[in-house]
Amino acid sequence: MGMPASLTHDTIHRPPPPPPPIDHGWGGGGGGSDGRGADRRASFTGLFVLLAASTMVFAAFTSAFVVRRGLSDDWASMSKPPILFVNTVVLLVSSFLLDLSRRALKAGDRSKFNLWWTAATGLGILFLLGQAVAWRQLSAAGVYMATNPSSSFFYVLTAAHAFHLLGGVSALVYVDVQALRLRLGPAKRTAIDVTAIFWHFLDGLWVYLMVLFYVWG
Amino acid sequence: MSSPSAHTAQHAPHGFIRKYIFSLDHKVIGLQYYFLGLFSVFLGMSLSLLMRYHMVNPNVAVSWFGKLWPTAAAGGVMTPELYLSLMTMHGTIMVFFVLTTVPQSGFGNYFLPIQIGAEDMAFPVLNMMSFWTTFLALIVMVAAFFVQGGAPLSGWTAYPPLSGAGRITGPGEGMGQNLWLVSIAIFCGASLMGAINFIATTVDLRCQGMRLMRMPLTCWTWLVTAILGLLGFAVLLAAGVLLLLDRVAGTSFFLPAGLMINDQILVSHKGGSPLLWQHLFWFFGHPEVYIAILPGMGITSQLLATFSRKPIFGYKAMVYAILSIGFLGFLVWGHHMFMSGMNPYSAMAFSVLTMAIGVPSAIKTFNWIGTLWGGKIHFDTAMLFALGFVSLFVTGGVSGIFLGQPALDLYFHDTYFVVGHFHMIMGVAAIFGMFAATFYWFPKMFGRMMNETLGKIHFYLTFIGVYAIFTPMHYLGIAGNPRRYSAFTDVEYLGKLIPVHQFMSWAAYVTATAQIIFLVNLFWSMRKGKPAPINPWHATSLEWTVPSPPPHDNFAGVHPVVHHGPYEYSVPGAVADFIMQTDPASVRSEG
Repeated sequence: MGMPASLTHDTIHRPPPPPPPIDHGWGGGGGGSDGRGADRRASFTGLFVLLAASTMVFAAFTSAFVVRRGLSDDWASMSKPPILFVNTVVLLVSSFLLDLSRRALKAGDRSKFNLWWTAATGLGILFLLGQAVAWRQLSAAGVYMATNPSSSFFYVLTAAHAFHLLGGVSALVYVDVQALRLRLGPAKRTAIDVTAIFWHFLDGLWVYLMVLFYVWG
Repeated sequence: MSSPSAHTAQHAPHGFIRKYIFSLDHKVIGLQYYFLGLFSVFLGMSLSLLMRYHMVNPNVAVSWFGKLWPTAAAGGVMTPELYLSLMTMHGTIMVFFVLTTVPQSGFGNYFLPIQIGAEDMAFPVLNMMSFWTTFLALIVMVAAFFVQGGAPLSGWTAYPPLSGAGRITGPGEGMGQNLWLVSIAIFCGASLMGAINFIATTVDLRCQGMRLMRMPLTCWTWLVTAILGLLGFAVLLAAGVLLLLDRVAGTSFFLPAGLMINDQILVSHKGGSPLLWQHLFWFFGHPEVYIAILPGMGITSQLLATFSRKPIFGYKAMVYAILSIGFLGFLVWGHHMFMSGMNPYSAMAFSVLTMAIGVPSAIKTFNWIGTLWGGKIHFDTAMLFALGFVSLFVTGGVSGIFLGQPALDLYFHDTYFVVGHFHMIMGVAAIFGMFAATFYWFPKMFGRMMNETLGKIHFYLTFIGVYAIFTPMHYLGIAGNPRRYSAFTDVEYLGKLIPVHQFMSWAAYVTATAQIIFLVNLFWSMRKGKPAPINPWHATSLEWTVPSPPPHDNFAGVHPVVHHGPYEYSVPGAVADFIMQTDPASVRSEG
């Protein structure tokens, strides 16, 4: 490009810039990627973006559910295995224990943190096993995925939820292993908080699915 | 941190595999995406050439067709089904692995962190996984060519029942269609990972002074594109899972009862709604158009300002236009379904909302022209492609106004008018954005300049070429030429249009050949190009403050501080005709 030789990048880049004014704007206020603060913020942003994506997946399933149910005359309400209520309680209690453990950590009580967190993890795994039992009971009763649109959606939604839950349980186990090996430094607090929020989300999602199954399923 | 202080610079890992294959460096990952897209675009283009050849020579036997496809092109003559499978794979590969991948994941990965002053993306491991997942998706997609029955033939939109009823609907609808769906599901996962990274990086890793309203417009378009991808691909993933279950698990989400397909009655399914797929698909599919085009808009804005030596006209209006295009993009999916049977009131609502997108689009076009007005325009190749983008965007946009009206769309929908429209605006406009970005950022990525002479020859051949290919399609559409037909010889009124097709095919051969010039320029310049100065275009954004190519952590341990907006060109009273974003505030107190 035909630029005068004197107007080069280097000539206007000296002297080095003076200290900038403190910027209190939204973001861009320093930190950059140099500190743990930015990493922690980014982790939370990433988490909430992930939750938005998961919400969209289930919103799409729900809209398909509503349309499929409303458009056709072949929708037959299916009988759901009662163990689902037990599973629901198990999941809710695990969420509750997770928060107990976070409070214990805040109060500096690491052994209680370990206890509650391990218990919550165990309940999470128990929930998955309970879901497997529910599927076994359904198939034993002759209700398969292709039996009826209601059962198709039941299997799809519970499987999609369980898939998310596998991720959640992995995170719970990861934190638990770190905690039991006494590696719970400040950097791990972000992992704890992110895991807990994700778990609560899955909890709420499950309650929503139960309402969907029992009101419209 | 209160000043641009020097920290310890981080260095790239030494091993070849960790440095170039499973790299965590956003720049390497950006290049991986770029070359994946480059492979895909030539693959997709080759398929289109085969289609164009077949359309005008439907009965000519080509011996190597017969060797490539012993069944589908026995004796060297393509079957209509093979034509449809080429069409499906052309559309799929171009939309997903080129238009979605290169402008966002390629250039965005490389330049978003640098432009906002970050050392890397927020989640480098996720970034690496995102690329390799995309790579896996491409492998699975291409594998569809090699399974029994070949690639699917249901188009890139995969409408059921054709895509859902299995092998009885035709070759390619067996394993080929399954692989297609699995590939798309994998691709959705990769896109979601990418979107998480882009959003978290933009929101949280901007350097000091890089307020949102100081970000280059490229960063805005990458951010909005990531949000569109996040919301859109999540829905496509859900829809794809349901369609796959219809195919392999015997469910009936999208398949109604009693369909007669190839003389067989479909008895295994009942009650499903093919329209449900269309709604879910287009809820993703329309935002996908903006996923393809928004980064091109950002790059064009960046280049028009730089090469006109003027600030972008109406920076804030541009930002709001990007945001409203993103928002409105989710409210107009129904305009793809006017022909599918729809309550006229719904059609009217979708039509009005569609027209409303014309407003932010016109704002952008107006501002681009405003940026050029009275500027000292430098016609470098990068700038030529940016101007080409504006031209194609306007041409493609104007035909969109026709198609957005239900009464007209009912006529045009299944004709070449639509093919011309979306190739102009979503296909070649976005490709021109990629060419512009390649010529603009090549010096930064490879430390060398591309050859301008070859670049200009390539530009003019391509610019004239794409108009020669796609403008006649509008005429064909008005004349009633249906799309998706593999030959026109057996219909009397279409026979008269064959000379137009012959012209378009020749234009396609020439334009495709001209792309070899680009390839030669690209690879020759990487090795032998003139060494590039740090800031060859005298541009203002952060990537032009670091060496070419940038060091592993982008700023060699220094944390940049931003004092200026991204388009401070020809500022009255300034020493140079541009002010870098990192120049001291005293160079000019505003910003």
